[in-house]
Amino acid sequence: MPRRLLRDGRIALDDWSYAAEAEGNPDAPLILTLAQWQDQRESWLANERRRLGVVLLPAHKVELLTPDLWRLTLIGAEFSGPGEGRGYSQARALREQWKFGGELRATGYVRRDQLFFMARCGFNSFELPDADIDFAYAALSTFSQAYQPSNDAGLPLKLRRRRWDIPASA
Amino acid sequence: MYRYDVVDKTLVNERVAQFRDQTRRFLAGELSEDEFRHLRLRNGLYIQRHAPMLRVAIPYGLLSSTQLRALGSIARRYDRGYGHFTTRQNIQYNWPKLEDVPDILAELAQVEMHAIQTSGNCIRNTTSDHLAGVTPEELEDPRPWCELIRQWSTFHPEFTYLPRKFKIAVTGAAQDRAASQVHDVGVHIVRGPGGELGFEILAGGGLGRTPIIGQVVREFLPREHLLSYLEAILRVYNLEGRRDNLTKARIKILVKSVGLQEFKRRVEAEWELIRDGGLRVTEEEIARLRSFFVPPAYRRLANIEPAVGKSTAFQAWYRYNTSAHKVPGYRVVYISLKKPDVAPGDITDAQMELLAGLADRYSFGEVRVTHTQNLLLADVEQDETFELWQALEAAGLATPNIGTLTDMICCPGLDFCSLANAGSIDVAKLINDRFDDYDYLYDLGELEIKMSGCMNACGHHHVGHIGILGVDKSGEEWYQITIGGAAGADASLGQVIGPSVAKTDVAETIARLLEVYVDERRHDERFLDTVRRLGVKPFKERVYAAPIAA
Repeated sequence: MPRRLLRDGRIALDDWSYAAEAEGNPDAPLILTLAQWQDQRESWLANERRRLGVVLLPAHKVELLTPDLWRLTLIGAEFSGPGEGRGYSQARALREQWKFGGELRATGYVRRDQLFFMARCGFNSFELPDADIDFAYAALSTFSQAYQPSNDAGLPLKLRRRRWDIPASA
Repeated sequence: MYRYDVVDKTLVNERVAQFRDQTRRFLAGELSEDEFRHLRLRNGLYIQRHAPMLRVAIPYGLLSSTQLRALGSIARRYDRGYGHFTTRQNIQYNWPKLEDVPDILAELAQVEMHAIQTSGNCIRNTTSDHLAGVTPEELEDPRPWCELIRQWSTFHPEFTYLPRKFKIAVTGAAQDRAASQVHDVGVHIVRGPGGELGFEILAGGGLGRTPIIGQVVREFLPREHLLSYLEAILRVYNLEGRRDNLTKARIKILVKSVGLQEFKRRVEAEWELIRDGGLRVTEEEIARLRSFFVPPAYRRLANIEPAVGKSTAFQAWYRYNTSAHKVPGYRVVYISLKKPDVAPGDITDAQMELLAGLADRYSFGEVRVTHTQNLLLADVEQDETFELWQALEAAGLATPNIGTLTDMICCPGLDFCSLANAGSIDVAKLINDRFDDYDYLYDLGELEIKMSGCMNACGHHHVGHIGILGVDKSGEEWYQITIGGAAGADASLGQVIGPSVAKTDVAETIARLLEVYVDERRHDERFLDTVRRLGVKPFKERVYAAPIAA
């Protein structure tokens, strides 16, 4: 049974596999750990057929992946528990500084209560436990306003924002 | 003062709905204790020794009379008829029921208040100078900037799960009344090279287990960059701050471990990437926020001397509990919450409601909270101070001790707090019992005693002229005494005088310290200055020369 997740505001069946799940299916889109990616980086880069993703742990610097962003269609950030917060900064750096346009997935401890913030930082897909997934879409609308500029691609509704929240270039 | 617009109102109401649902899920067993802990803490709700404790934010210490009335009403209906003001300008309720908290929050929302981010590992209430806007020695009113920071930091999507709590204080005057140097970030309004106003930014200050005075990370920041610079500091901290050890997780430890220069380099590099992005503060927004803090409609008055010919009790109160105002004919009036038989910072529901009325009658309907756990009416006509004093006196709110020994800062201690090692309220009581002679208190002059019931230092003991820290010694409450600390512009950390003392010996220890001061002081020298001049040694010698016969 494929995993259900929330992606782009919809509940979807996951078309990606982690390495252990992908055995016997050499073309399935594959999510690697950073170690798996780094161990065989050259061959992954050379493999043009397969869609690839890498999951960062909280302590990983996004710069470990940024030279290879062109090859990756998914990046995950793992949240180790309810107090973990580094993934939010990883996500914003990937979206805003490195302009990563692929799937940005929150994994690990991901619950409806954190979803709004995650989405505002640029995550657009979320691996949630079954108890939360049916409430996840509503959680994206917990707040209808925000004070800060951020990366709201993952939110279904456009947030009303403050005046100073307009880029100087606009 | 700042008034909510539709954005602020909507956000606070949506938070109430969110928290109501989270509380329901917890009570229904859908959220574990640990999961709910992370959620409730970000909404100011602790589970304490006896009951939950709810901490309500009072942004930069400013309250309308309507808000104060609502706080009094909540104290009466949901608590045991009182509230406790803290060193960060917030109010705490010690006896609410968990299931009532969503209703309390809904009532707070109706008067534009909330408990958002008053605890937990996130950006806390922004604090400021309680004399903002009325002190003659101010470069600029810091409150519009506080409000800007309040908004930026509220539900910041990236910084709600930080390694540890994060406190910001903003001041615009030469005297630092906000303890900004012992905050994670201190923001000082200063003049730049061309005379324009901007900010000096300090980082890495803090109390707790490892007290550190903040260091300057940027000497001058143009004002339009305030938020982007704070964002850069927070991003470096969020990614690099330690998360493996709770006691090493504050930003001060990061700054200390990588060194100031390297920390600055990282912040500046991050800032370069975002400084011209969407966080740039526009002139229109500054003007909009300033418009909320314009001076009230002062009358044109001459300075008078209202104490002349009045009772000595009024004269003492006027001298100690009022201070200069920048507008002629007006006075700042402190409401002492340090009555000897009351826990420092505590106030009853009836007192709150009475004060709300007095604020309407005498001070443009506003009340302020000081970081020393008192209240003040900022804009009182000198001519009306006598009448006001009579009303305060009748309500037990005119204890004439502001700035003196008995104006102690004190955490709730073992009586309420589940973190505490030792009581502090009862020690305050013992000190009050011992030092009940006002002539002696006035003769001692300015003296700050600060007391914490544990290492977390909520009572700021490190920066007390005399600091008292409760420690647990094999199940008994003992107290470590420090001297020479200060929280103002000349901030310093106190030094331990020697072995800790028993609870019953604290007052005598203080008495001995003061004997040395009285013997050694020169002219108008404060206790703090005598300690700085002589060092700890003579004080230590006197305290430990003979055993204390309790």
